[in-house]
Parts: sequence; structure tokens; C-alpha cells
Amino acid sequence: MAKIIFIEHSGATHEVDAKTGLSVMEAAVKNNVPGIDADCGGACACATCHVYVDPAWLDKTGKPSAMEESMLDFAENVESNSRLSCQIKVSDALDGLTVRLPESQH
Amino acid sequence: MTGDPGTEAAQSPDLSGRVVIVGAGHAGGSAAALLRQYGWTGPITLIGDEPLIPYQRPPLSKAWLKGEADGDSLALRPASFYTEQSIRLRLSTGVSGINTAARMVTLDSGEAVAFDHLILAVGAAARKLPVPGAELAGVLELRTAADAELLKNALGPGKRLAVIGGGYVGLEAAASARALGAEAVVIEREPRVLARVACEELSGFFQDYHAARGVTFEVNAQVQGFVGTDGRVGGVALGDGRTLPCDVALVGIGALPHESLARLAGCECRQGIVVDEATRTSVAHIYAIGDCTQRPLPLYGLSGRLESVPNALEQAKQVASLLCGRPAPAPETPWFWSDQYDIKLQIAGLPHHAVTRVIRGNPADAKFAVFHLDAENRVQAVEAINAAPEFMAGRLLVGNRKPVAPEKLRDTSVSMKEVAA
Repeated sequence: MAKIIFIEHSGATHEVDAKTGLSVMEAAVKNNVPGIDADCGGACACATCHVYVDPAWLDKTGKPSAMEESMLDFAENVESNSRLSCQIKVSDALDGLTVRLPESQH
Repeated sequence: MTGDPGTEAAQSPDLSGRVVIVGAGHAGGSAAALLRQYGWTGPITLIGDEPLIPYQRPPLSKAWLKGEADGDSLALRPASFYTEQSIRLRLSTGVSGINTAARMVTLDSGEAVAFDHLILAVGAAARKLPVPGAELAGVLELRTAADAELLKNALGPGKRLAVIGGGYVGLEAAASARALGAEAVVIEREPRVLARVACEELSGFFQDYHAARGVTFEVNAQVQGFVGTDGRVGGVALGDGRTLPCDVALVGIGALPHESLARLAGCECRQGIVVDEATRTSVAHIYAIGDCTQRPLPLYGLSGRLESVPNALEQAKQVASLLCGRPAPAPETPWFWSDQYDIKLQIAGLPHHAVTRVIRGNPADAKFAVFHLDAENRVQAVEAINAAPEFMAGRLLVGNRKPVAPEKLRDTSVSMKEVAA
């Protein structure tokens, strides 16, 4: 179990308890966190679960795969800390992870 | 299907009305969640005829069938979500009628449930193959988790699967069967698999890829019937007189929208429940979303029926926005995906007005994309095999309708960023 903090573009904050092994995207969807569409359900096929990882957590979340990188290349408003949240697996090491959400996923 | 925008909800929406959603699939479940996200305070009742809380159907022919996903991961959201969000779930519950004047739906039990807004998210049913033997045990279809359970239990090392219909469901099931050590034969009426949904290059690629992994194909083949003993299927009889032995058969020949309930309510239906760009049907206070709808495709100036999760989600957003008085979401580019073996297929757009095809990359490398261009070299659709940049850039180009230079598109040394710039 890990606490994940989602901060919407508007500033609204959602703290959710996420089960180890779920993806950060699944943790958001299962808790009705707005701003993560996740159209493809986690197949790394759509780039609608884009998040900005808090810089303090970048080491722990690791690097995107080549596939994820090429999806991100064409997402909107991509930053150096952009990730697809379906590709980040929840673990104890991510307890307290903070991610910010973009204004829109489309 | 007139409806001047905003009669129901726009200016100062009443968020306290009673919403009844018939159909607890991806579309219905998402609509309920989005209504709450957008501030709906009134009662929401989500009625589904399956025993399960809303779940994802795409994995049923893929990860779930191969045993790589469990029931919990299949569920869109945990059961506790519906309690927390005050969404009343009525599962294993059929709806037999709609009284539009009294604004009531009638359940199979006879109970009436009142609504101010009714959302039909009733989905589609697997098309049946009207041939002798179709009723034999082991002749299956794949729409629901219960269907998938039957199929999964019938597969395993040494088992023989016969797939009738070389569409996505059939090919995905064949790939999953091979992963489980089963034999698989795909029987297709047309000269090629994916004939109705993909271009020739893609059909050829998939057929070769499957064949190299032990799937056999019978194309241009007519299924005369199923044969079996003791009420259980044992083979598929073909038009040319041969019988292909099998332990289980999967009929995957498309789906038909559930229209009967909408017709009872007087909603116009034409290969699906006809809706406008905000999901209104022809009857006031009744909306329809997902696989069951005949919907506008504004990018193409046409209407059509889309069977896909992105479509279900787009229309769920449309109806929740309409009811909650939010601005209408911008139209999205239709898209689809499929996983088979280690292949990720992503498709954006629809090739309705396409006149030429440009292939980027080499199918032999299992990494390529087919772009469909109209007469002005605007991308109408892209089919991308293990080619995420091509898919993402293609989706952008379908949406913004910018013409591209075919010679650049063809040249893999020119990045997709540059092509799309």
C-alpha cells in the first residue's frame, strides 16, 4: 500500500491509498480522481493518463520505456518529468508519491 | 433528432434529478462516475443484466484469456466506489420497458424505476451464425466475462480451437489460444482476414504473423454447420465438404446493437440508436451512449456506429457534460487498438474519404504504419503496427486535417514530428 497524491491542474488535491502492484493510473481511476482519462485501460496505447512526476520522486519512478517515450513525444504540454501513469507501478517505495495533472488529456 | 442545444440542461442545470442508466458496461459505468465528477447530486441508478460490476471488455480476448489478469483488475473500479459515490447498482437486472410519458423504466421483476434523465448504454450482442449445430455445447461467442470464462476453460495444451470470423476478437482469441498451447484455425468467409476493418497490407501482415505462430487459416470458406456428439461440438463443416475437427468453436462475426428497448420508447434507430453530438436520442430526456449508438462523426461529415472503449468514454463525457451544464467536450478522433502476441496495433481515424495509401516502414520488420490520405493528402486514418510515433502523429493529423507530403511520410529518415509539423 502506498499513498499517492494527485494534484489537479486547478490545484485540487486528491490523496489515495493505492494497492501495491496497481499502476498509478489505476489508483486514480479506481478513486475517481478527475483528469486522468486512461482511454485504453493501461495498454500504453493512448497517452491519456499523462502526469508530471514531482521532481523529488523521479529517481524512484524510473525512466519511461522507448514505447512510452514515443507516445509522450506527441502528447500535449510534455515536460521532462512527464510520464504515462499506467506505466508506473505502485510499490512501498512510492509511498507519498506526488504527481501533477495536465490541464487536459486530449 | 432536433434538440436545440441546452434545452435540458445548459444554462443553470438542475443537478438533483434522477438519472437512470441502463447498461452497466464501460459506457454506463463511466457515465455514472463522470456525472459525480462533474457535480451531479441527484440519485444515479446503474442497471446491468450481468452479475458483475462494470468491467473492461477488451482484456477478455487478450490478457484475461491468457490468465494474465484477474477479476479485480478487470473491474473498472472497485465495488466500494459505487457505495462511496452513492451510485445505486442494480446488477443481474433486466429492463423490459420504458414509459416515456410517466418517465419510468420497468424492470423484468415488474418493479418501476422513475427517472428524469434516462441514459441507454445497452451495448451490442454477438451476431449469431444461423447454421445447424450452432446450439451445441462448446460453440461460443465472446462478449461478456461469462463467455470468456467458458472459452478459457475450454482452452489449454493440445485443445483445438476453431474461430469462425477473422476479425479482431477472433484473431486475439487465436493468439491467446496459441499462448495457452492450444491449436487454432481461423475460418473466414472473405478472401482475407480483417476484411471489413483493415487494409490489405494489414490483413496480410496479421495473417502471416499468426501463421508463423502456428495458426492455420481457411479463407473464402463457408461454414455449413457444426457437428458433434452427445450435444457437444466436435467439428466445423465447411462448404467444400470438409469437416475441421475442434474441441471448441468461437463465433466472432460482428455484433448487432441492442435497439429493442429504444424502439419501445420510440427512439429513432438506424443500425443503432440514433443520437446527436451530445448523445440525445429523438426522444426528450433519453440519451444513448456506447456500442449501441448510431452517432455523428463530425470529422468525416458522416454518422456511424463505433464499437470501442474510446467511443464509449467520449460519449460518456458528452452525456455527463450535457446533463451537468458543462461545455461540450471537443470532438475526438476515433481510435482503436488490439494486442496480438507482441504486436501492438493502434488505429486512428476512419478511411472513409481516403483515395491513396502510404506505407511507412517495412511489414517484414513488424514495425510499420499505413496512412490513408484523401485527395488533398490529408490523413484520414492511420493503422500503426508497433509504431507509436506514427499512431500519435497520425491521430493528431487526422484531427487537425493538415495536408502532408507523401514522400516525406514514406521516408523513415524523416521523423514523424517533422512530417506532422
